Amino acid sequence: MLTLSEKQTIRTNLGRLPNPTEMHVFEASFSEHCSYKSSKHWLKQLYTTGEHVLHGPGENAGVVDIGDNEKIVFKCESHNHPSFIEPYQGAATGVGGIMRDIFTMGARPICNLNSLHFGMPHNSRHIIDGVVKGISDYGNCVGVPTVSSKCYFANTYTENPLVNAMSVGYTNKEIFTSVPHKKGVVVYVGAKTGRDGIGGAIMASEEFTEGEKKHPTVQVGDPFQEKLLIEASLELFETGTVIAAQDMGAAGILSSTSEVALKGNYGIEIDLAKVPLRAAGMEPWEILLSESQERMIFVLDEDKAEKQNVYKIFEKWDLDCFILGRLTDTNNFVVTVKDETVCDIPLKVLEAPELIRATEDRSEKRKQYFFPPQIIADFDVREIWEQYDSQVMGNTIKSFEDVAIVRLPNSPKAIAMITVANPYYCNYNPQLGVKLVIHHCHAMLNAVGSIPLAITNCLNFGNPENPEIMWEFTETIEGMKEVCKELKFPVVSGNVSFYNETDGVSIFPTPVIGAVGLIENYKT
Amino acid sequence: MKTAIIIFPGSNCDQETEKFLYECTGVRPMMVWHKEAVLPDADLYVLPGGFSYGDNLRAGAISAHSPILKAIKRAADEGRQILGICNGFQILCEAGLLPGTLLPNKSQNFICKPVKIESQGGHNYTIPIAHKEGNYYSPSIVNVAFTYTEDINGSMGNIAGVYNNQLNVLGMMPHPERAFESFHCSQDGITIFKTLFNLHK
Repeated sequence: MLTLSEKQTIRTNLGRLPNPTEMHVFEASFSEHCSYKSSKHWLKQLYTTGEHVLHGPGENAGVVDIGDNEKIVFKCESHNHPSFIEPYQGAATGVGGIMRDIFTMGARPICNLNSLHFGMPHNSRHIIDGVVKGISDYGNCVGVPTVSSKCYFANTYTENPLVNAMSVGYTNKEIFTSVPHKKGVVVYVGAKTGRDGIGGAIMASEEFTEGEKKHPTVQVGDPFQEKLLIEASLELFETGTVIAAQDMGAAGILSSTSEVALKGNYGIEIDLAKVPLRAAGMEPWEILLSESQERMIFVLDEDKAEKQNVYKIFEKWDLDCFILGRLTDTNNFVVTVKDETVCDIPLKVLEAPELIRATEDRSEKRKQYFFPPQIIADFDVREIWEQYDSQVMGNTIKSFEDVAIVRLPNSPKAIAMITVANPYYCNYNPQLGVKLVIHHCHAMLNAVGSIPLAITNCLNFGNPENPEIMWEFTETIEGMKEVCKELKFPVVSGNVSFYNETDGVSIFPTPVIGAVGLIENYKT
Repeated sequence: MKTAIIIFPGSNCDQETEKFLYECTGVRPMMVWHKEAVLPDADLYVLPGGFSYGDNLRAGAISAHSPILKAIKRAADEGRQILGICNGFQILCEAGLLPGTLLPNKSQNFICKPVKIESQGGHNYTIPIAHKEGNYYSPSIVNVAFTYTEDINGSMGNIAGVYNNQLNVLGMMPHPERAFESFHCSQDGITIFKTLFNLHK
């Protein structure tokens, strides 16, 4: 929900009252999930550059140069809230979303990893089973191996499970970003738009309360569509007509189109009348905010695209593809339905102002809470691992060990990957905790003979409006900033998940770090 | 030996199968899109693993009606050799080129792990499986090609692979293309392939 001061800011900047469609647009754009308003200020301080880094945070995923024109693209993302409401679809769409972030940059996803935090098996069984099946059905069907899955069990996650999925991609061709360097047509490709996931971004920006029904806010995934979208997109990138690409994630068409325009310093005009719908009678704001999966937008060079008839690629793969709108010089976000304008907002006004929230040092109080992890005797995590196809693509060297190793396609190089979390230490001392976690990643990558390249992070915390939680967050950033600089281990991508809190009880601060290292010449 | 790989939407083992066939035969396989009506000339047609059409309806059910399947049936009638791996096996069963059907695993879960299989000649191999519907059932007697050495997924008689009556169409659940490089669980994939198609020098 918009706060009173946000409503006032919007009214002042817009110079008028927003119409009902625009209100929905603002509500989604100003949500924590879309705007990162509580964390933006802090994230800017992270160490994000280095000789290998081609693209850092702010892109769909981070890109690291590994020489010989080869690049590794990776990112970790949380799908915690949806996975608690609907474990199967929540986890499945988490995997789908993170893979789209990778191939949107022009790279083929070559492996997936995940880090899962659940309550104790005896009272979280349905969530564990649902999440594992969701990840397994989605990843296996798309044909990308899941090579690492770290599972942690603690009571703090009973009402707030964490599902963090990481995907790693590879390309030896051009990298594409979401920043258009020239104007073009905006093309919508992929699945049809339905009522699923409307308000998902807003849902993920609020804590849970007992007995609420939030099912309609969870998206529904279709891995087969995703597989087609990967193949079609990679074919399209080869044509040389793509100016920019953006995945439709949180707040669907709204976020993807406005972000692309904003990044390129352009305006954008889109016509919702053309959007293929799965449900009858959808309102314009529903179409804008729908989080239906397996969709993305491309900005294409209109003449070249026409001349080469690139649209036939999508015909071959049986995917919807049409011109949704175009970039303009106006700097406005304009939405029409046929000839009627339903939304016309200067893009700058859509950006939520950064918040510097209050913090409160509770380090003394925390020391009482330290308790070490418990050993769970009656649960065999191998029964989870067996459900993931770790061998598809035929390049998996090591899977489900502390560090996973995957050979690059047609190359003597291999990459080593690890995800680490340590909520116990992070709860005891957030700053030292995250340092320990990152040192662990660095040391383990070294231990398998790889050169540590960069990291991605999933920062899972409680409600940032609580000064104690905000303190945990800023302490974590402080620790990460220092240790990354010291190790020359830049952060190239990541995600923040706040509001992991139910009925006022928050999770332990849980920064999950995913790290990637390079093995120049892999010999068995 | 000339080979061709048939690609369906959702096939996802085509790349490694291509590498594997090249390794075994020394000739680059041809890649054929499922919407083609005519097959290129080859000694062996391979239907690779994956999730064609997302396993919607039933694994292999929709692909069994792809245009290319008519050509595959003609090739089978002419006595050409056809190999279906995993999802390829499921498609061949759905298309009626092989007897029987593949039911969901008795655990109801996807299983990905290396297993031991035995050929009719009594040879043992270690080779990975990765499937959710690999529980073979046939009401009639079939020509068994491979069996698991233990019960893996509930398959009738632990069957892992079967031939048609003419012995020119073979379907198998294990993935030989995941067992041929030095870092794979074994290199038995090559031995199996060369034995099946008499490529040993």
